[in-house]
Amino acid sequence: MEKKIIEIENLKREFIMGTEVVRALKGISFSVAQGEFVTIMGTSGSGKSTLLNVLGCLDQPNTGSYKIDGIPVRNLSKNELARIRNEKIGFIFQSYNLLPRTTALENVELPLMYNGAISSKERRERAVEALRLVGLSSRLHHTPNQLSGGQQQRVAIARALVNNPVLILADEATGNLDTRTSYGIMALFQELNSQGKTIAFVTHEPDIALFSKRTIVLRDGHIVKDYPVEAVASAAQALAQLPAEETFKMQD
Amino acid sequence: MKTINLFKIAWKALQRNRLRAFLTMLGIIIGVASVIAMLAIGEGSKQSIKNQISGMGSNMLFVQPGSDSRGGVQQDFSQSQTLTLADYKALKEKNTTLTDISPQVNGSGQVIFGANNWPTSIYGVNPQYLNIRKLSVQRGSIFTEKDVSSASKVVVIGQTVVENIFKNGEDPLGKTIRYNKIPFKVIGILAEKGQNTFGQDQDDVILAPYTTVQKRIQASTHLQSITASARSEEIAEQASLEMASILRTSHKLGATDEDDFNVRSQQELISTFSSTSEILTVLLVAIASISLVIGGIGIMNIMYVSVTERTREIGLRMAVGGRGIDILLQFLVEAILISITGGLIGVALGLGSTLLVSNLMHWPTVVTTQSLVISFAVCAITGIFFGWYPARKAASLDPIVALRYE
Repeated sequence: MEKKIIEIENLKREFIMGTEVVRALKGISFSVAQGEFVTIMGTSGSGKSTLLNVLGCLDQPNTGSYKIDGIPVRNLSKNELARIRNEKIGFIFQSYNLLPRTTALENVELPLMYNGAISSKERRERAVEALRLVGLSSRLHHTPNQLSGGQQQRVAIARALVNNPVLILADEATGNLDTRTSYGIMALFQELNSQGKTIAFVTHEPDIALFSKRTIVLRDGHIVKDYPVEAVASAAQALAQLPAEETFKMQD
Repeated sequence: MKTINLFKIAWKALQRNRLRAFLTMLGIIIGVASVIAMLAIGEGSKQSIKNQISGMGSNMLFVQPGSDSRGGVQQDFSQSQTLTLADYKALKEKNTTLTDISPQVNGSGQVIFGANNWPTSIYGVNPQYLNIRKLSVQRGSIFTEKDVSSASKVVVIGQTVVENIFKNGEDPLGKTIRYNKIPFKVIGILAEKGQNTFGQDQDDVILAPYTTVQKRIQASTHLQSITASARSEEIAEQASLEMASILRTSHKLGATDEDDFNVRSQQELISTFSSTSEILTVLLVAIASISLVIGGIGIMNIMYVSVTERTREIGLRMAVGGRGIDILLQFLVEAILISITGGLIGVALGLGSTLLVSNLMHWPTVVTTQSLVISFAVCAITGIFFGWYPARKAASLDPIVALRYE
């Protein structure tokens, strides 16, 4: 039996807003095995952000259980959660969240700074390697304002890879990018997935979901659909089929 | 997180906002520099007063006649005649703490040489007086004990007297001058001493054997004062108590009688003047410290702004594994770096301005290591104190909220 990275059972998350109780997740169960590429879809208010926070160990469920890489997180302290985030999870955000006026290399090194077991030499080597993986070997010392949106997102992906996480969590990772760049990023995700990385990709764009292997659809705090994608599209091919780039457009 | 990483991160954060960091430091810089300069000036004036008084003889003790109320009439102490040669002899024989002791009889009048004259004081003393007052004879010599016992008419004169009555550049040694019409032979000239703390010219003096002054000028056996030096500065206090008890015995004072004399030590004088200058120093430092506190508030203010500005960064750091304590330390170290860097620049500026003050205005200044260490430590503490609350705020942020902060 293949290894389960995410195991969720009857997970509920409620918020109290004033006098009202908001049930964001009303008891969902699913699991994700190693090497999967799952898209979690849903409109706003469907509970997908809450699910993302729980998956990313930024938030904890009220009831039900969540195990990441076999570790139950329900009763972990804040510091223990921080350690899980540091060692098990790679985050990718819609707005990149890179540190301004800080080089790509230093941005990628950041998660390893919070891991005392890693020497500064190893940190540097792993960051360089991660940036090579995302195709930015020539941009190590560029700061975010010297990089295009696509390049910035690649730096963010390198940052998510550098700690060798069991799960990469992407939150609308292509939301700020044009189609061409989005396809480039999706191609990168597919490549990483083919190398065995487990990816959970939260989005509300159905066409992006076609590049993943499985889609989970949330509505009103319930999972309404959970199905394998039958014909996985290749982002690299989709990119090649796009009409040639207009000449006046700035090069990446 | 490793400490070295903390400092690296904090240093980088400051570099991203160099001008702002510098402006924030400015408060601390001015605060520290003024504290150091004020302490240096205060300490300098204290030391110079102390040196001047010690220059007069740090272990010196004076006995002056006190109130004499015998017969029911309160006498002015300069008129009182409670101090006699017998007291001097008693002190000389019975003391265990003194090295030198000299009686003193003062006379005033006009000194004449040739066509020149000059008003000055004549002090009748014994040869030990030179040691007690730290005076030295530049040329010639001091009179001897034999001169004292025979009441010889010999004098040692100060530089001011020389300048005023030997105007034609004659050699005063061996010349005969007249003091209140009595001829005295000049046998020595005192080395220049300058003014004392109270602006009195210490060179405007003539020294003669006390016996001579008593017989020829005062025509009395009373003493104006007795001057002595204790064996060391440390036992000066003990010596003054001993002298008092000897004098009480020799004056046959009962247990309930008040002293009819005053014993005063140079130490008392020093502490009186030091404490005055100390109060001034405390005031100056208090004013300077206010600017240090204002500097600290500046740090706190800017750290709050920084935490708000960097909310997303904080959220991200937490998302990639930063714990609350890591975030707290990061901002705390930043505040400390600002205050310590400001402190270092402030120390340099303080030393520079101290140098400037002592060179341009010729004020005495003394920079003590203590003042440097203290102001620097205060700085670091300021950083921790004023950096703590903003850092706490940063550390207590919810990463979910912080990540979505606009």
